[in-house]
Amino acid sequence: MGMTMTQKILAAHAGLSQVEAGQLIEADLDLVLGNDITSPVAIKEMEKMKVDGVFDKDKIALVPDHFVPNKDIKSAEHCKCVREFAKRNEITNYFEVGQMGIEHALLPEQGLTVAGDVIIGADSHTCTYGALGAFSTGVGSTDMAAGMATGKAWFKVPSAIKFNLTGKPSEWVSGKDVILHIIGMIGVDGALYKSMEFTGDGIANLTMDDRFTIANMVIEAGGKNGIFPVDELAISYMKEHSTREYKIYEADADAVYDEEYTIDLSTLRPTVAFPHLPENTKTIDEIKEYIKIDQVVIGSCTNGRLDDLRIAAKVLKDRHVAEGMRCIVIPATQTIYLQAMEEGLLKTFIEAGAIVSTPTCGPCLGGYMGILAEGERCVSTTNRNFVGRMGHVNSEIYLASPAVAAASAVAGKISCPCKLS
Amino acid sequence: MKAAKGRVFKYGDNVDTDVIIPARYLNSSDPAELAQHCMEDIDKGFIDKVHKGDIIVATKNFGCGSSREHAPIAIKAAGVSCVIAETFARIFYRNAINIGLPIVECPEAAQAIEAGDEVEVDFDSGVITDVTKGTTYQGQAFPEFMQKIIAAEGLVNYINTTQSHADLG
Repeated sequence: MGMTMTQKILAAHAGLSQVEAGQLIEADLDLVLGNDITSPVAIKEMEKMKVDGVFDKDKIALVPDHFVPNKDIKSAEHCKCVREFAKRNEITNYFEVGQMGIEHALLPEQGLTVAGDVIIGADSHTCTYGALGAFSTGVGSTDMAAGMATGKAWFKVPSAIKFNLTGKPSEWVSGKDVILHIIGMIGVDGALYKSMEFTGDGIANLTMDDRFTIANMVIEAGGKNGIFPVDELAISYMKEHSTREYKIYEADADAVYDEEYTIDLSTLRPTVAFPHLPENTKTIDEIKEYIKIDQVVIGSCTNGRLDDLRIAAKVLKDRHVAEGMRCIVIPATQTIYLQAMEEGLLKTFIEAGAIVSTPTCGPCLGGYMGILAEGERCVSTTNRNFVGRMGHVNSEIYLASPAVAAASAVAGKISCPCKLS
Repeated sequence: MKAAKGRVFKYGDNVDTDVIIPARYLNSSDPAELAQHCMEDIDKGFIDKVHKGDIIVATKNFGCGSSREHAPIAIKAAGVSCVIAETFARIFYRNAINIGLPIVECPEAAQAIEAGDEVEVDFDSGVITDVTKGTTYQGQAFPEFMQKIIAAEGLVNYINTTQSHADLG
């Protein structure tokens, strides 16, 4: 029986010629990732294991990004724990403040993730690297500990849903709108335990940053991983960023899928997920009511990349955020920050009345740098709008693209660049 | 394997890890401290109501969202002996097994069992008994490999005894 792209990568890493959905396997890992929230728990667990150090100091990435620069004493202690562990184990890819970025933007940029890899990360958005044709999935701290110690992880081989993307997105429609549309269509558990395999000639019309955004949010549909075929664009991205050898896997022609969907990208519209689930989507045309907004966040592992900042700057250029609006822009990595500076994007943001922060996950998960008070509403380019995610249990998050977020900052209500004067 | 017995706390669909343990408390990784804030944003005062051995029952996609292991850690440290749901989000499912928090998928039980019912779960057979209502349900028993991890009280102990995950049963 034919295998999906995901199944082929897993089979190769388990030393098997064939795997099938539901099979339990043990696979070799190319990279194990952790951040400042999940790593301290993993380090504590690893210390209980009867092992001498990590399996490979070059195949572990430790990225303090959630609560850094340290937001309080307890967070500082967690970061210290990670820093000392990295030093003690001579971890090659430890990223201190100054080098760090939001992990899922940072790792591909640093060339640590390439096609054909099997990657686990103690962060649910580890699925991002599927954009490059890798199998990558989020796990918890204990799996991270076992991964760091043994270089292996157990997996139940997933079945898959195929998304055939055709056509070209229209102006102001980006990867965020594609994935919000899909989550709205299949629901927050629509791909539970499954791979989401993207295919079709429409992919050629999506930038790498669009693809990272789409793969990043497959977890919001319950997906185990999301994966894109490796085309010329992905290859040139890897050649530009990485010295590692990549390996291209393709789904068999007779691979079996649980479901198949075809999505014509040209028909999609800017899309917003209403509180309190990413599946509560409406297109911008369906939003008739006036929804006053107090804060806008443009950033995160979902939408803090250069394309995202360029789009936001295009909207904010020669405009100003609405009176009383707090607009927070967070470039995802130092490199992106620098590029945005060189392109004049940061100047545009500041002149428009926005603030620009050092890379951090901060506001996305209600950590710091933009917590919401009771009754406040935020349009955010982040990935989750659960109850209390960004602050008070009676605050509201509307998930959207950088274009919609920037336009909403100007209008003071949910809006779209096409509606701005 | 042992069984669980306790009173039920009942929740609906898509109970996410942000409401199980809000990120504002993730500057701690101490189980006892995390337990103090367990379910705080969905059921304020949960920690004052829950007794050792109690059982959480929810419908679809329990534990969706973030990968934070702090979520099952908080539930376990709060004294909960088992979580029954129609379905679990996959990272939560792994994490629960890896830290030795028993979980059972059973759509029928998840629908029928009500808050306050006294429920018994046999982990070997997957049989769930609602003692209050006098009904039984067949939950999905774990594959042998996962049963061994739970019996060892988590993946770390399991790896310490087997030196690998390789015994996939």
